[in-house]
Amino acid sequence: MEAETIKQTHKSSQKAEHISGSEAVIKCLLAEGVDILYGYPGGAIMPVYDELYKYQDKIHHVLTRHEQGATHAAQGYARISGKVGVAIATSGPGATNLITGIADAQIDSTPMVCITGQVGSHLLGTDAFQETDIIGISTPVTKWNHQITKASEIPEVLAKAFYIAKTGRPGPVLVDITKDAQFELFDFKYEKCTRIRSYVPVPKTDKKALKEAAKLINNAKKPLIVWGQGVILSKAEAEFKAVIEKAGIPSAWTILGASALPTSHYLNIGMVGMHGNYAPNVLTNDCDVLIAIGMRFDDRVTGDLSRYAKQAKVVHFEIDPAEVDKNVKTDVAVLGDAKASLKSLLPLLNKNSHKDWHQKFKDLYNIEYEKVIKNDLHPTKEGLTMGEVLKEINTQTKGEAAIVSDVGQHQMIACRYANFNKTKSNITSGGLGTMGFALPAAIGAKMAAPEREVVAIIGDGGYQMTIQELGTIFQQKVPVKIVVLNNEFLGMVRQWQQLFFDKRYASTEMTNPDFVAIAKGYFIEAKKVTTRKDLKAAVKEMIATDGPYFLEVRVEKEDNVFPMIPTGASVSDIRLE
Amino acid sequence: MSAQIIYTVSIYTENNIGLLNRISAIFQRRHINIESINSSVSEIENVTKWIMVVKLSEEQMKKIIGQIEKQVEVIKAYYHTEEETIYQESCMFKIKSNLLFDERHIQNIIKESNSRIVTVNKDFFVIEKSGRKEEIDLLYRELNVFGIMQFTRSGRIAVTKDEMKISTMLAALQH
Repeated sequence: MEAETIKQTHKSSQKAEHISGSEAVIKCLLAEGVDILYGYPGGAIMPVYDELYKYQDKIHHVLTRHEQGATHAAQGYARISGKVGVAIATSGPGATNLITGIADAQIDSTPMVCITGQVGSHLLGTDAFQETDIIGISTPVTKWNHQITKASEIPEVLAKAFYIAKTGRPGPVLVDITKDAQFELFDFKYEKCTRIRSYVPVPKTDKKALKEAAKLINNAKKPLIVWGQGVILSKAEAEFKAVIEKAGIPSAWTILGASALPTSHYLNIGMVGMHGNYAPNVLTNDCDVLIAIGMRFDDRVTGDLSRYAKQAKVVHFEIDPAEVDKNVKTDVAVLGDAKASLKSLLPLLNKNSHKDWHQKFKDLYNIEYEKVIKNDLHPTKEGLTMGEVLKEINTQTKGEAAIVSDVGQHQMIACRYANFNKTKSNITSGGLGTMGFALPAAIGAKMAAPEREVVAIIGDGGYQMTIQELGTIFQQKVPVKIVVLNNEFLGMVRQWQQLFFDKRYASTEMTNPDFVAIAKGYFIEAKKVTTRKDLKAAVKEMIATDGPYFLEVRVEKEDNVFPMIPTGASVSDIRLE
Repeated sequence: MSAQIIYTVSIYTENNIGLLNRISAIFQRRHINIESINSSVSEIENVTKWIMVVKLSEEQMKKIIGQIEKQVEVIKAYYHTEEETIYQESCMFKIKSNLLFDERHIQNIIKESNSRIVTVNKDFFVIEKSGRKEEIDLLYRELNVFGIMQFTRSGRIAVTKDEMKISTMLAALQH
């Protein structure tokens, strides 16, 4: 019976090839347009690596120095290109090392497919060498996951994996393949997945809701837009710009929404949230209509929810129905893809400019400038500030660089002060706050977009969490620019200790190694700057260098990032000092 | 914090390994106890139906339904109050056989509670009862006086009074 079925399949499709499961994996990746993948070999994934060896002219495998690095590199690749990032690892520790990156991709909606090897199916559940229940472990942090025990499942499951990862609200998918399934021969035929019965990637947009939204926006006297990564993920930058320009609405961004609209745009009023700009935070509690587009009201954005925009009608444009009313009650929810929704919204909007309202943002910006920005960008004290380093990078890259930041003080400074001219230029770990993200993510970003300048901005703490990826940069000759802002502290935690724990600096001071020597050990050009007069030339040299470059800047040890909304405070209680 | 209510959650899903983990994790993450859970085939071919009983506020319930429906292999999820459903649980008692003859009252209890004797042998007998939770609780209290060797109770199964438009929805999805 089975033999007959196989015969029939053969007849019905001339294209079927009799190949191994592991070769099928490569063919699936090629069919999905994967040109680069990041990973680390090991026992249970060796058959796939053997095929990667054979197919190396078609698909480029990047050996990272740790599986976590592979996931972050895949994330960087995905975030700058909008394509699915792919990471691959062996079973057991290889697989568990992927988890941080997967969790990061899940909370930041990054399309990623992770492939893990698994012990032979006859060994499942026997505590075999390097066996771990990666399906069980990854379930809460994946959009979908699946274990394959038969080669014949590979095409369908991988097709589904890519479809799920990139459609709707994107996310990470993990596919675990037992070693016997990798060896098994079968008749391969690939068909892309275009639909899954139980899965609705983009909910239908309700025309009535759209009209109600337009009505609220048209009647608003003090409208405020807060946009998030949804604008970037749905490639809605042009539609978004058209909407805000027509309606004349001041627009602020979440950390992941940054760069969807150029920093210099007259309606771009800065970042919301804990270390965001003063005006959009304060005026969130003054606006009459708050329009959220592709964002999810994270607690770092809203502060105390019971005192967040209570006076305002809330309109929420959102692709994920589970996000509607999750944190902030909406008056009108427009479900659907941001690009399509904004396109349909545009003709319904009245032309407006909201001049007086806009002036309020300018006035508050001036206060922030005097109290914070001036000192960050044009310091008069001796020590270097993180802000002036960013300013120098802006100047020398003309705002064209993609900034990949890690997590902490330098990240907030990078997001606050980087000039973004192009979309998909702010690559950072927003939701999970994963230290160690930037160095490997910058590798992925640069490889996906070699034509772009990619500058990693990293603190001395996070840098040392994935510093081994310098090896990957060296081996692959990835021309990323690495800037470590060294204050010899885990700066953000130290800032909190100073403000909320009476300066008890528990385990936040770092005795650091010679970073320049380490970079040079990997044959990466490196320089250290300790005084203001050397900064400009050093950044210039970095940007002018063709290959990778490492720049350490010694910054003031105990500088703080302001403005700041202390935990539990309202957005309008934002502190300037 | 709004009042905690008992909800019956009905979830239609694909039949996949690992989905139990995925759904129960949604509750576990929010520190919510699942009072009962049952999985079976449904009225639609190749569609699994889960019935869960949870106690939480309506606001929490709505958000959790959203999280459940977000799962790729979940077709549709609903929640209902006690009044909106017809529900049953099933239970079994194993009791020493001699009590059946020594304690005449037991026979009355079995009769009055509409329980059914499943088996009797010289050592023990087993009775089964289906009904609402309160009825089973009452039966337990009555029999416990005489001593229960073993007791077990199933998860809730339920149907809604109103129509669930799942079949029409699925038919639409096929195109």
